[in-house]
Amino acid sequence: MEFTLFTLLNGVSYGLLLFMLSSGLTLIFSMMGVLNFAHASFYMLGAYVAYAISARLGFWPALVLAPLVVGLAGALVERYGLRPLHKFGHIPELLFTFGLSYLMVELVQLVWGRAAVAYPIPQELDRPLFTLFATSFPMYRGFMMLVALSMLAAIWLVLTRSRIGLVIQAALTHPEAVEALGHNVPRIFMWVFGGGCALAGLAGVIGGNAFVTEPGMAATVGTIIFVVVVVGGMGSLAGAFVASILIGVLQTFAVALDYSLMTLLNWAGAGITAATFGYSLLKVTIAQSAPILPFLLLVLILIFRPKGLMGMRE
Amino acid sequence: MNALELKDVRKHFGKSEIIRGASLVVTKGERCAIIGPNGAGKSTLFNLVSGRFPISGGDICLNGRSVAGMRPFEINRLGLARSFQISNLFEKLSVYDNLRCAVLYALGYKYSFWQRLGGLRDAHERTEQVLEDIGLQRQRDVPAGVLTYAEQRALEIGITIAGGADVILLDEPTAGMSRSESDAAVELIARVTEGKTLVMVEHDMSVVFGLADKIAVLVYGEVIACDSPANIRANRDVQAAYLGEP
Amino acid sequence: MKPGLNRASGLAYTPLNLSRYLVWTCFALVLLAAPLVFTKGAALSILSQIGTLMIFGLSYNMLLGQGGMLSFGHAVYSGLGAFFAIHAMNHSGLHVPTTLIALVGGVAGMGFGVLFGYVTTKKAGTTFAMITLGLVELVFASSLMFPGFFGGEGGVTTNRVRGQAFFGITYGPQIQVYYLIAGWLFLSTVAMFAFTQTPLGRMLNAVRDNPERVEFIGYDTQSVRYLTLILSAFFAGISGALSAINFEIVSAENVSAMRSGAVLLFVFIGGIGFFFGPLVGAVVGVFFTVMLSEYSAAWQLYLGLFFIAVVRFAPGGLSSLLMLLLRVVKFGKFGRIRTPLLALLSCTLFGLLGLVFGIELLYHLTLDAADGSVVTLFGWRFDTHSALPWLAAAAMLLLACVGYRKTAPAYMALWGEVNADIAAAVRRDVA
Repeated sequence: MEFTLFTLLNGVSYGLLLFMLSSGLTLIFSMMGVLNFAHASFYMLGAYVAYAISARLGFWPALVLAPLVVGLAGALVERYGLRPLHKFGHIPELLFTFGLSYLMVELVQLVWGRAAVAYPIPQELDRPLFTLFATSFPMYRGFMMLVALSMLAAIWLVLTRSRIGLVIQAALTHPEAVEALGHNVPRIFMWVFGGGCALAGLAGVIGGNAFVTEPGMAATVGTIIFVVVVVGGMGSLAGAFVASILIGVLQTFAVALDYSLMTLLNWAGAGITAATFGYSLLKVTIAQSAPILPFLLLVLILIFRPKGLMGMRE
Repeated sequence: MNALELKDVRKHFGKSEIIRGASLVVTKGERCAIIGPNGAGKSTLFNLVSGRFPISGGDICLNGRSVAGMRPFEINRLGLARSFQISNLFEKLSVYDNLRCAVLYALGYKYSFWQRLGGLRDAHERTEQVLEDIGLQRQRDVPAGVLTYAEQRALEIGITIAGGADVILLDEPTAGMSRSESDAAVELIARVTEGKTLVMVEHDMSVVFGLADKIAVLVYGEVIACDSPANIRANRDVQAAYLGEP
Repeated sequence: MKPGLNRASGLAYTPLNLSRYLVWTCFALVLLAAPLVFTKGAALSILSQIGTLMIFGLSYNMLLGQGGMLSFGHAVYSGLGAFFAIHAMNHSGLHVPTTLIALVGGVAGMGFGVLFGYVTTKKAGTTFAMITLGLVELVFASSLMFPGFFGGEGGVTTNRVRGQAFFGITYGPQIQVYYLIAGWLFLSTVAMFAFTQTPLGRMLNAVRDNPERVEFIGYDTQSVRYLTLILSAFFAGISGALSAINFEIVSAENVSAMRSGAVLLFVFIGGIGFFFGPLVGAVVGVFFTVMLSEYSAAWQLYLGLFFIAVVRFAPGGLSSLLMLLLRVVKFGKFGRIRTPLLALLSCTLFGLLGLVFGIELLYHLTLDAADGSVVTLFGWRFDTHSALPWLAAAAMLLLACVGYRKTAPAYMALWGEVNADIAAAVRRDVA
């Protein structure tokens, strides 16, 4: 019981972090048709910038400033890197972000070195939130969930209740029409891209100290968020939300389960031993297969429901 | 057996019904023009017949055989080819290659990766024939993307007829052309569709009256009249549709 | 007017296409003579790596350049081909001669092409790219789950000197391995080029240019893509097997997204629009990853910057730059652009030097600080703690920027003029 509850909570908090990342990616993709391969790199940048700022000014200023810095960097990247490539089509844009992701990892290593850096959880939050049957749920995880949910609410409010949100929603499907109405669509693109990167940066600020802050962190989470976006349905924020939680919970549960097909079959009476045919496949535990589950889900969704869970376009 | 038959065809996109029970019969070798006010659904009808969109109701029969729900390439292999209102070419390939691609399946080469293109005699001869028919021999090596508008329209027609399909659908073939270009196009179309069944969407009445044996008038997704050109001219409903009630 | 096609008499007279035979003969000669020209120690190993990467790159370009299919997971086919090849080499029951092991890899790659391709080619465009990424990550993650086949952390090793010597060739010495690779490279290149001249090859181009129209001329787009992927996976498998022979080890890295990304990078840099683009890309790729990495810790940064520069300024790749220049030469206009081009190139080179200088200083300062503050570059010693080298690097960059701003506009205008002249001449020829 307590295992299920805590694993569920952990899974949800991880899923919410994934959502913070994939929401920015979805917005950028929906708006500009660009799949931002460097998105996870902005996540990494957010963590490192927060580390640098919190070392001097503390965690709370970092929480506010780091996403702004990353958002600004993103806006500049769009303005000077992506915009000149619009005329060449989507593949050069995608390749640019692909090359950018390589570059950002190198630059981060250049400035902060190749080893993980000690970006700590702030003392005020480094304590249990509640304890149940001897296991305690860290307050910081609760904080992460709070930030993610408030951010989600904020995006939803901006998109549905504000004027700029309305323009963005329109530009999501009909950029030329919106431009014909007099809105500066290239500038909107720049701010949406910057906004998406700022979201990724915010995820980095709160994720970097919960998990580890190192040059490899972009690669670790990078492919998962693509899986989330495709499984949820490219272009759907609600889908990204559902998929993030699903994958977050799935992975967290899977890592904790030590059962395999062999355990199941042996429980039913079949005597599977090392000599049985297919033993190496049967003995693989769920925990061991946890890394492949998101990708298995991706491939299955693409076979059976290519629009994704809630997608409207392919 | 009729070449093409539409039986109470219906199509809706979401809540709007675009084609509301269109029925049409085109006999073999006939030349039928579909006219109608803008937004009547003419291009949609072509898209339904050629398999680009699935129909929501009714049936479409090609040479007596129902093609509802078939994919475009299946319908093409049964002998129906269509052109597009906005030229839909292979931009990076040369004019020659554009045409050659259009003849390959019909000549039976399918997905062969063991035969050398250069050695396919019949493909070469057929391509040369079509090139001559559409008058683009001099531009044979030019990439399709850099042709002039009229040349692209000619190539568009060429790709459509190259495969030797019996039923040809032309979607506004003379759109955007000048008077002289239109006349040349009409002459081209008459020549290359000799002996074939032709269904054409057109706005240019001189083209319509010059080519068509029969005219079908499509208004709000329904065929309100289908008759010889002279009778259509005199038809009250048609006049009302175009000019409004007197 | 194409010479020699006499339609009236029904005979096709095509003069012997000498230039085609010349090009292929030159290619064969270059492959044969390369070890004689590049004789330094590691040169043979580098040439061998270039060879396998060329086959891999060409197979990849069948998808990207010829079919418009952007794949992020092509290493699945080369890697699985490599694993099957290495197990075939280790298996005591199988007696496939080392010379033909490449075929084992090819068939394995092709088999997985049949299996995975059916799923991946159901979709196109960005969705296809995402499926391939998911697939390669899936295979990579699985590789750690099945250490029996994939060899776990250490991978699977082999000894390429095995079985009966083939006319005295044991494949022990690197030179023998090189010629094995060169032989398969030549055969594969001929085969893949021949593919471009077949009905399927041409329809693949049509699918790239306009997948929708293809359906209306009788072809199922998915079938075209699926068949091409199977063939491409075959050649990828060959390259994987040769790599297994060359390095005598195959590990999970062979089926990684990293390796897939690398081939994408190199093929794009080489140029996807020309058949020989991946050949150029392979040379550049090995240059960066194998040779440059010996001299500089910043090689990945340079590769990333170079790639972005190519995407931004030459999206057709290096081969397109070469062909554009050759076209100018062919029309006799090179004299006009020679001096401005030289001026522009010198400024760029100077700026590049300054950039490299600065980056090397920076790398030494932050990553090799433990080695002291002095770094040796191009044979000279610089103290990273003093301001002088930094100022020098900055000055070089600044000067280059100024020079670029002065020479670039004039050159661009001239380039535009020259190409407009050429286009007009071509239209005159045709009209």
